Amino acid sequence: MSAIENKSENRSTENAGEGVSEDTRDDKGLGLGVIFFLVAFVVCFLSGTFLFPKLLYSKKEQPFNFDHALHTSEAGDCEACHYYREDGTYSGNPKLASCLDCHSEEPLGETEDEAIFVEEYVVKGKEIPWLVYSRQPDCVFFSHAAHTIKAKMDCVECHGHIGESTVSRPYEENRLTGYSRDIWGKNIFGIKKNSWDRMKMDDCAECHKERTGHQGYCFQCHK
Amino acid sequence: MKVDRRSFLGLGIGAVAGIAVSPVGIKLTDDSSILTQTTKLWPWALDHPPLDGAIVYENSVCSLCPGGCGISVRKIDDRPVKIEGLADYPINDGGACLHGMSGLQYLYDPARIKKPMIKKGDSFEEISWEDAISLVAGKLSDVRKSGSPEKLACITDKEHGSVSGLLQHLLKAFGSPNFYTMPNLESYLETVAQQIHGNGKTLSFDLENSDFVLSFGAGIIEGWGSPVACFKANATRKQRHAKLYQVEARLSNTAANANKWIPAVPGTEADLALAMCAVILNENLFNSAATANMYAGFSKFVSVVQTEYAPAKIAKITGIKEDDIIQIAREFATAKMPVAVFGKGKGDGAQSLKEMAAVHALNCLVGNVNKKGGVFVQDKAQYLEFPAVKMDGIASKGAAKARTGQYIGQMLDAVNASAEPVVEALIVYNANPCYSLHDTRRVKQAMSKIPFVVSISSFLDETAMEADIILPCHTFLERFEDVPSSGGFSKTVVGLTKPVVNPIFDTKNAGDCIIEIGKALDQAVAANFEWENYEDCLQAVTSSIWDSLSEEGYAVVSDTIPSGSPGVDVSFLAQNPATVQAQGDFNLTLIPVDNIRLLSGAIAASAFAIKTVSDTVLTKKETVVEINPLTVKGLKDKDLATLTTPMGSANVRVHLNEGIRPGVIGMVEGLGHTFDNKYVSNKGVNVNDLIGQVLEPGTGLDAAFGIKAKISRA
Repeated sequence: MSAIENKSENRSTENAGEGVSEDTRDDKGLGLGVIFFLVAFVVCFLSGTFLFPKLLYSKKEQPFNFDHALHTSEAGDCEACHYYREDGTYSGNPKLASCLDCHSEEPLGETEDEAIFVEEYVVKGKEIPWLVYSRQPDCVFFSHAAHTIKAKMDCVECHGHIGESTVSRPYEENRLTGYSRDIWGKNIFGIKKNSWDRMKMDDCAECHKERTGHQGYCFQCHK
Repeated sequence: MKVDRRSFLGLGIGAVAGIAVSPVGIKLTDDSSILTQTTKLWPWALDHPPLDGAIVYENSVCSLCPGGCGISVRKIDDRPVKIEGLADYPINDGGACLHGMSGLQYLYDPARIKKPMIKKGDSFEEISWEDAISLVAGKLSDVRKSGSPEKLACITDKEHGSVSGLLQHLLKAFGSPNFYTMPNLESYLETVAQQIHGNGKTLSFDLENSDFVLSFGAGIIEGWGSPVACFKANATRKQRHAKLYQVEARLSNTAANANKWIPAVPGTEADLALAMCAVILNENLFNSAATANMYAGFSKFVSVVQTEYAPAKIAKITGIKEDDIIQIAREFATAKMPVAVFGKGKGDGAQSLKEMAAVHALNCLVGNVNKKGGVFVQDKAQYLEFPAVKMDGIASKGAAKARTGQYIGQMLDAVNASAEPVVEALIVYNANPCYSLHDTRRVKQAMSKIPFVVSISSFLDETAMEADIILPCHTFLERFEDVPSSGGFSKTVVGLTKPVVNPIFDTKNAGDCIIEIGKALDQAVAANFEWENYEDCLQAVTSSIWDSLSEEGYAVVSDTIPSGSPGVDVSFLAQNPATVQAQGDFNLTLIPVDNIRLLSGAIAASAFAIKTVSDTVLTKKETVVEINPLTVKGLKDKDLATLTTPMGSANVRVHLNEGIRPGVIGMVEGLGHTFDNKYVSNKGVNVNDLIGQVLEPGTGLDAAFGIKAKISRA
């Protein structure tokens, strides 16, 4: 809409009006436009920042609460359960059989979670369908051994202090891709404070560049 | 205050700017790119990635073919994901063929039978195992009660092994002599050995040491004998400076790999072998110590081959020049460790005893019997110790009766010829006669005339479709079974097939099916089935080698060269038996062609294997036949043509190829399945639909090496 059109429009419709000068009316119109702009901007920005993640991710609860802190104090460090097999492959989440190295049908404690564990899984001989926060997309190859054994990295560098947690937070699944929110990171802008806040390719590359002098080649992870 | 267009403009720009500055854009771009790599967008891709888990290897033995190769199955936790050849296994030493490697596909084959089924009208209905076994036992009891237990017959793939042994045990206890096997190389070797060296003998060939292999159509690298062992023997041939001469109407892979291709007219191989015998006798190239062992009919044999099989005369019949026949015979006789091998193709098709005996006569004449690099004549492997069958009066009477037919073909003919059912009940295990035997219509007709057919099968194949009741059995990856080496392998090795995965469906071991049927029959029969289950039976009947079987996974029964020179009886050849002719009056000859990428026996090739077949063999859904460009004028490469034989006609594609004798049409075996497996079935034509049975006079073997045919553009 041009200014000339605006003027002629105002003249024709508001001659019998309150006699407000054309300039002032223009300013008002512009001011309203600015207000609308600002309101829309703020609403959309806030929606994109706060509402959008809520729409994008669905929340799923773990089969039952898992107390990492309790287990590390009883069983030992991460490798007590998340161990390496003899051939160097990483075992990931322990299978029920590993749990049964310590647990049995007789609960060791009195928590409700252990009761669910025993009744639903131990007695029925069913594997626990844990939702893995740090599961990378299918197209990514990742060797734990290369990082923790060869490069002597600490689990915390990527996984944070999950070993000290007492509750299992809800698993957030990207409705579009089906992958965990932890890969992009909790911060929707993708800003990280700690090395474990994000697990995207750029984060891998950043660390590789820093420690090896090269960000790595495509085929190293995308086989 | 007035909301004008400028306000809307502000609103729009503000919204766009707000979204643009928010993380929505970058996040959705990132997610969209990830989405393109997930199966949400590509549903035909693998719907879930292979699960991660501990890698374990389990050793077992493949029993998809008679080869008996050791296999190593890689598993992720409990899920088998890959089959490889087992290193240091005495048969295949780490090698594997494409069928073994794709063996996992049989576990999830669409044609697998998931529960026992009974035929109702034209379709099958699922029933429980209890009902199925009691129904089979009830029907069989009726046959036995009728006083004619011999009317129970059984068809399986081979005579050896404990499951086949259990079937024979059942028939004996039941009172029937009617145990039949599908044609197989092992039984041909035994038939020839029995004819020439006496009862209880079999032959094997030391291909890995021989310096001159004269093969009469044996597809050394087409799946003959124990295929991987043969590949390996052929692979070392050049290092050993050994020669391979291949007599075959078609330039097969083996012929192309050989030092010399001798494209004899199909069906004249026996004449060619006898003409070579004549040359060896005429030129005194035979081993006199060996001929001293020829106790029966030798002088008559000499005069027959010298008069009837003079190279000049045979050159005209075989299409091989006289000089070549003489030259090849000389080379064979003067080689250090020569061996002549018979069994066309994979060796499990139709064969003539005259041809096999004539080829073996060459071995006997040059004397490379029971010597390194030659032929081994040894006793049949007897490692199974079944308890003596306790037979009641009915059983003794029935078992003493004559068999319905000498071989499976005659038995089926007798069923078709008789108005009264000569076979009341039939058990088929690990065999697909409705697909693999010549003239499949005749076989299906016989099946429909037999009142009660039980199929013990993993797959709803052509024969199972004709059955009245199907007992689904484990595949080779789900069961225990002893697997004796066979098919002319120079050592006798018994392997143990072990379950590497829990049964996927509600199936049983075939051995358990037979034991349960036996137990459910009347007391006289059931008394012979006191084993708890098949595993118990297997351990008991293989007790002499069980320790080695269970600990090593195999037992070597013999790996030394048999001692002594066996007697040779050539009286069969001395009678100059007639050579079998192809059926029909057409001008051309259709011959079946064996291809390593296809299977033509009890099991169909897997989806993976079918995909590897060349488009000169199968183009889309059409069988491609090989014809020499000189054979038919006016036919062009890739033309659609109608192939007609006395048994029927089929539409095929033409592949013009100079690597086949003029006048001969080559059609691959192993295509044209009709059962419910979209990856394997309805591709091409079953060559056995087009070839009829021709019985060899005097021996009763189906010796139809081919059939007369004509071809014209469709």
